[in-house]
Amino acid sequence: MAPQRDRRPGFSRRAQYGLFLGYVAAAAGALIAAALLLLSTFHPAGFAAARGVVREGTAPVSLGLRHVRDFLASGPAAVAEHFQTASDNRRLLAQRKQDEALVQRARLLVRENARLRRLLEVRELPVEAVATARLVSSSASSTRRYAVLAAGYHQGVRSGQPVRGPEGLLGRVVETSANTARVVLLTDPDSVIPVRRTRDGLPAIASGRGDGFVDVRSANVANAPFLAGDIFVTSGIGGIYPPGIPVARVLQNARDTATSRVFAQPDRSDFALVLRTFLPPLPPPAAFPAPAASPVPAPAPDAVP
Amino acid sequence: MSTPVPIELAVPEPPYRYWRPAVAMVLIGSLITILPVIATIPFLPPFGLLALLAWRLFRSNALPAWAAAPLGLFDDLVSGQPLGSAMLLWSLCLIALDILDTRLVQRDFWQDWLIATAAIALCLALGRVFAGMLPAHVDGPLLVQTAVSGLLFPAMTRLCAWQYRRSAGR
Repeated sequence: MAPQRDRRPGFSRRAQYGLFLGYVAAAAGALIAAALLLLSTFHPAGFAAARGVVREGTAPVSLGLRHVRDFLASGPAAVAEHFQTASDNRRLLAQRKQDEALVQRARLLVRENARLRRLLEVRELPVEAVATARLVSSSASSTRRYAVLAAGYHQGVRSGQPVRGPEGLLGRVVETSANTARVVLLTDPDSVIPVRRTRDGLPAIASGRGDGFVDVRSANVANAPFLAGDIFVTSGIGGIYPPGIPVARVLQNARDTATSRVFAQPDRSDFALVLRTFLPPLPPPAAFPAPAASPVPAPAPDAVP
Repeated sequence: MSTPVPIELAVPEPPYRYWRPAVAMVLIGSLITILPVIATIPFLPPFGLLALLAWRLFRSNALPAWAAAPLGLFDDLVSGQPLGSAMLLWSLCLIALDILDTRLVQRDFWQDWLIATAAIALCLALGRVFAGMLPAHVDGPLLVQTAVSGLLFPAMTRLCAWQYRRSAGR
């Protein structure tokens, strides 16, 4: 292509100054950007408000597109279901007959378990759901793994709360705005989740890899063996994630660090459930009681018993 | 289709005359991330950067170098990268392209394509560093992302040319 000379200012002083000022502005923009980058590196939540404003605008659009996508995707599934209903029905009836004995035994075990727990006086913390909402979009072009949740401060979502899907843990809320929230998925390389193995309770840590898998490494034993198929659930240590939520399954036999596939399928699950933080941080102790205050302070709704 | 404007023989147009379609395309490119897909790997090409480079290489007077800062700021707000990442990288890209224009005056499209692919690769790699993701296992996805972005560049240039013709023919 021939050179485009129409940006040359020529002899016009005004055009020359304009071009020069343009470059001054460009350099200033780059410098401001560098400063912002430093700020957001050391204080990642710093510009949450600005992101929240933009998210408030984009999330409804994403939600609408998501409805369109679900509608289009539901067509083929509905047709397939129609033709499979009879065979599915037969299969499920047979399976129910098979499982009846198992259900009976499980009921007995639940009752016995409750009785034994009463004997031991184990107190269970209730796991309460805060909000149910859809994940509407994500940072698909970035190396970070964030998703946008269509529920925010007004729906009771607070930053730090765990988010789970029907299959397992999805991640944790990091920023909230009025009606949207930003969730860091458990596959993000910055996400670290304390887990334990269902087989023997081995404590471990699941950290995201960035490529859709998580690395599970033992928390207390060096060279702990992991077998393919080992299932890890949240342990409740650390106080953020309630115990017992499925996290990941080990792919291959390994020692020390095992690459695992996460249970949650954020793209396919219809809804995400925002849970209350398992053990909220204790309120700072009052320095001295104010004389005018009521003698018995009202207990916090979700304080540790 | 309207009659093509003989671009090079036309009277020199005032600079930054067609900034509206360029800015609109970059903003829409940045907003591609609001598509309702929950990604598990970085698979979406950086469409905002792609549109910016395509416009800038297609018409050297499409956008001033300082326009990269506000456009990059908007991209950072919707992309999930730390704020300032795209702002800085895009600014550096446009300043570098202005310097390159004084050195490598006669270029054909293949060279523009190569320059754009190199710029995208650099931006994606540095974006990963800025996000603090050096230990993450995203080499493969990033390579694929870069390749797809590079392959999309000619299509994006066609889109720019179409938008340009539409604006110029008006």
